[in-house]
Amino acid sequence: MTKWHDLIEKDGIVPSWPYPIRYDQEQEIETDVLVIGGGIAGCWAAISAARTGSKVALVEKGDTIRSGAGGPGCDHWCNVPANPHSKVDPDEWAKRITERPGVLGPQQSGATRISYANGIGNQIQCREDDDTLLEMEQMGGKIRDTKDEYLGVEGRYDNTKFMFSPRASPDHTTEVTIRIWGTTFKPALKKECKRLGVKIYDRVMVTSLLTEGGVQGAKVVGATGFNNRTGEFMVFKSKAAVLATAGNYSLWVLNSELAGYNTFRSRTMTGDGMAMAWKAGAELTLMERSGILMLGTGYKHTWYGGAGDASYENIELVDANGKKLPWPTQGWPDGGAMGPPPDVRESIRKGIQTGEWALPFYGDFPAMPEAERRTTWKLMLGEESTTKIITDTYERAGFDPAKHLLQNYTFFEGTSPLQWRTVSGSGPIVDWDLKSTLDGLYIAGEQMFSHGDHSFAASTGRYAGRKAAAYAGQIREPKVSRDQVALEKARIYAPINRSDGIDWKELNAGISKTMQYFCSEFKNESLLNMGLDSLKEIEEIFVPRLYALDPHKLMRSIEDLSLLAHGQIILNASLARKASSQLLNFFRIDYPEVDPPEWNKFVTVKLVNNKVKAGEFPLNYWGNMKANYEDHNKDYAGVYKGK
Amino acid sequence: MPEKKVYALPNVTTPGRPVIFNDKVCNGCNHCIEVCQVDVYVPNPKKGKPPVILHPDECWYCGCCVNDCPRSGAISFNWPVQQRGYWKDKATGKVLRDNY
Repeated sequence: MTKWHDLIEKDGIVPSWPYPIRYDQEQEIETDVLVIGGGIAGCWAAISAARTGSKVALVEKGDTIRSGAGGPGCDHWCNVPANPHSKVDPDEWAKRITERPGVLGPQQSGATRISYANGIGNQIQCREDDDTLLEMEQMGGKIRDTKDEYLGVEGRYDNTKFMFSPRASPDHTTEVTIRIWGTTFKPALKKECKRLGVKIYDRVMVTSLLTEGGVQGAKVVGATGFNNRTGEFMVFKSKAAVLATAGNYSLWVLNSELAGYNTFRSRTMTGDGMAMAWKAGAELTLMERSGILMLGTGYKHTWYGGAGDASYENIELVDANGKKLPWPTQGWPDGGAMGPPPDVRESIRKGIQTGEWALPFYGDFPAMPEAERRTTWKLMLGEESTTKIITDTYERAGFDPAKHLLQNYTFFEGTSPLQWRTVSGSGPIVDWDLKSTLDGLYIAGEQMFSHGDHSFAASTGRYAGRKAAAYAGQIREPKVSRDQVALEKARIYAPINRSDGIDWKELNAGISKTMQYFCSEFKNESLLNMGLDSLKEIEEIFVPRLYALDPHKLMRSIEDLSLLAHGQIILNASLARKASSQLLNFFRIDYPEVDPPEWNKFVTVKLVNNKVKAGEFPLNYWGNMKANYEDHNKDYAGVYKGK
Repeated sequence: MPEKKVYALPNVTTPGRPVIFNDKVCNGCNHCIEVCQVDVYVPNPKKGKPPVILHPDECWYCGCCVNDCPRSGAISFNWPVQQRGYWKDKATGKVLRDNY
């Protein structure tokens, strides 16, 4: 009886806003290192900066204890080639995952090897995420089978009690992915932040970066924000800032009927970091890249929407008659299966029509050896981001993996429409210090045109934190422009000063529709320009009608403005790449040639005096990964030995 | 039929009830409010009572509120009908569904 409606029906009284309203108050915070975003990357950045003795402030829209995509948990520590059981060289592995020659489609066959991966981030991950994992253990995170619950399970090493995943390790030839108890990580990270004296500002949305003299492209000297429960305004003055707000999963569609299901990530990911870096003048890349939104179905992890599904990548799949489907085996014979490649998927689709395969399909848990089943159900699904609640719910309803086949929804559900997309793998260009093109601004985790895995976020956050702290130690007191603060304050509070108009959901849906129409499967110069005109119209006509009733809805409203800016960046970047690209999921009707060699480069966009300027970086602009990593990290001390 | 005052209320957001509180077990500690990324809940105006579900449409079903609740049975997950999963008994072939 605690739905809002219940409360009204019972008492007939609308409850007051439960937190004090402080729109008219302002707090100023001075710090050496400011970390924006308190997910995995942000927490690690704060911890590593604080360990150098720097004064650190960590700002998070939710609560650091469980915020971020990795907040609820994580089951794989990926790409950890420096672990004691690894069979590959860390530098070789970094090179391999950066070039990924094996995944190139037919258009790229031949000499060109492109992947648009972040070589700098990959090198850092491969060199340092083993140390990062051991530090996670120091803080209280569980990284090995200390209670001997999984004795005899394939991939378990009895001497270290590490458990390896079949992922990327056929017949144990690499051993680069470690299974972890990720639900224990985030509370431990927050605890460590507190222990180190990091000032944590939970429930605060950062809205803009402050630059020296308020000038676009100048050094970053702080940020503004507000508390999304009280509305209090915050001004942060910092010598260095680390941006770690990941990507954006709300731009192409708002579907409140499927909220939480229609994307892999929570509403907190709205491109705030992209918008503020853009306005500050940072150079951004791969902004034209988009992914296909994965629909949610049944009790399953939305990450695998329409792909591995009930298999969760570890289970053999069978059809309704118990006939084994041609899902490829992963790792080792009992390691389960991965989602099928497109040609196999197509042949199965045809087979459904001809009667070769009978729907529905099922994940065949009972067929698995007991130890593998337990590892998959309890350890992997029990520890991965949002799947613990799913397995618990199944068990509560009577599901027993030893007896029951779990229904798979792959072909039932289909994939989402092509005009429903997500953004990830794009962001500010970084150098070997993970510094953006702006002085004082460092980037970590998925924010820096990279994939979104947990250990990548952790290791690059840890790296960015120590580099930002080193920079902060060299510079004088930051000077904030009060004019810039005043302008931002007026922008933020405008929706509160109106009592009627357009609410955040309507505006989000309006922005999304623009992206669906003009920046989707079909792109050309004319459509993209129509998209920019449409967003401009939203900005000039509809944004001035945006209203918010309370600090929470104010946050959602300001997030809409991030979405709007992010959409504008994407449209501009899409205009700048005058070629199609398979790997970027980017196709131009007016430039149909796919991945022509002259366009195998990082196209960039940035604002100079509020005018869009396009640029480019060569694909391997980071040079020799091993040599440059070593050159920039001569003082790297390995696993933390301090108090 | 018992008399009940009828109010004019808008439709409930769909889905509108991601969790169910047991107010006999919940002591209103509000830990679930803290672990929620998106502020689905706000504190109950009455101290010691379960939180109010104010923004159910923003829930991303991460489960932290239930996973981290210090009092067993105080809060349980309530998947919307359209999301409830199916399974099949391997021995009997009977198809089952979560009707908890």
